[in-house]
Amino acid sequence: MKKQIPIYLVFVCGIIMVAQFFIPHEYSAILFTNANDFVIVIGILALPVGIYSLMKSTVEKARRQPKERLYSLTTIIAFVVMVIAGLDREWFTSPTSLSSRLFNYVLVPAQATLFSMLAFYIASAAYRAFRARTVLAGILLVTAFVIMLRLIPLPGPLAEANNALVRWILEVPNMAAKRAILIGVALGGITYSTKILLGIERSYMGGD
Amino acid sequence: MMWYDRMLSVDRRWIYLILAVAVIVTLVLPVRIPVSISGEVRAVYDFVDQMRDGEIMHLAIEYDPSTMAELHPMAESVMRKVFEQNGRLIMSSLSQFGPAMADEMIQRIAREYGKRSGIDYVFLGYKPYPAITILAMGTDYRVPFPIDYYGADVDTLPIMSGIRNFDDIRGVVALCGGNAADMWITYGNAKYGMPLALGITGVMAADYYQYLQAGQIFGLIPGIKGAAELEELTGRPGEGARGIPYQTASHAVILVFIVLTNIAFFAKRSAERRAGALH
Repeated sequence: MKKQIPIYLVFVCGIIMVAQFFIPHEYSAILFTNANDFVIVIGILALPVGIYSLMKSTVEKARRQPKERLYSLTTIIAFVVMVIAGLDREWFTSPTSLSSRLFNYVLVPAQATLFSMLAFYIASAAYRAFRARTVLAGILLVTAFVIMLRLIPLPGPLAEANNALVRWILEVPNMAAKRAILIGVALGGITYSTKILLGIERSYMGGD
Repeated sequence: MMWYDRMLSVDRRWIYLILAVAVIVTLVLPVRIPVSISGEVRAVYDFVDQMRDGEIMHLAIEYDPSTMAELHPMAESVMRKVFEQNGRLIMSSLSQFGPAMADEMIQRIAREYGKRSGIDYVFLGYKPYPAITILAMGTDYRVPFPIDYYGADVDTLPIMSGIRNFDDIRGVVALCGGNAADMWITYGNAKYGMPLALGITGVMAADYYQYLQAGQIFGLIPGIKGAAELEELTGRPGEGARGIPYQTASHAVILVFIVLTNIAFFAKRSAERRAGALH
């Protein structure tokens, strides 16, 4: 029973949602809207679980690793402050509010900096790993080189030739490979979804 | 230790230093690098350029501060061009860290052009689950967004009168720093058939050319170069054009690194082969 009820629920909900996608009718739209509300409600219900999990693991880490306590404390303080700062809509829509200031002067620079640092890792990785060890690695290397070269200002005819080559790489071999992968992934997704709907695939319920 | 061994085992901090120097030098020296206009960026420009007075398009700001260096200049260019055309904008931000960032830009540019919220533009803000939100907007904007970002009832806003879903707007330009781009293609274009153009980060570009060829998107703005092209077309060089020299310098450094490491690699391999033949 513990396993049968979820399987029946998944089957009924799944079939209804698949059917409504192909039925362009007002009732179908109403059903879809209500089903979406359910998804959001379920997501909100999962939020306290996520917060509890974050707090539990952070406190646990602080207790076990004294050297990491500062980071754990930062996580907890940042979490509490941001929650309080964003409790009222006015507080986060006003450009002078604490929430906006924390967002603009802490989160934005922190995220932008972390993302920018990728350039250093890419440069280091390119130097250490991008070597033509085999023919395939050589093809990959030349392709990457040509693609990156389009961002460097080259003399007129050379730039035109390189741009044409880049376009061909993107639109022919790249596109063929991407489409093959996408079609494969889509077929795999359909198969996996069908298996879930029919109760063959049950790993989403936990256990085996 | 031979020269190629030294080159192959160079400390990574030297690489970081050279890259940093290249970027800083570009920052200090006022370099302007011309950009050539690609067809996919021109298509987006033409789409906005041909907007009639009062016509409405949707600008989806689906990125967060980590990718704003590449995508913010695109959003600014599109917004400015729409306002110059006297067009109107519906904007949303389905990335959880996006709304505050988008709001700052929207208010700044709207002030510049004397445009008013609710009349010339509406910022709908954030809603979780982008795929569901896009599907719901295709049915009726009011379903996921009964109120706008500032708490105003959407039904009371003049801009939304007569606007129900994607059928009532000119099209969507979605600027995405992640998989929201796929959701706009799958749930926006494929299901509702509205015209869609994408602005994406440089690393994502190769993944989206097939949609351009298939006609699922009518235009594509790839990375900072795409942003600079758009600025060139709008005649307002901004952060995109300013970012090109940094990108060019860092790419040039990476290309030089790739060449050097391969010279050292082949020199070492050839030396090892020669040594092997002697033994």
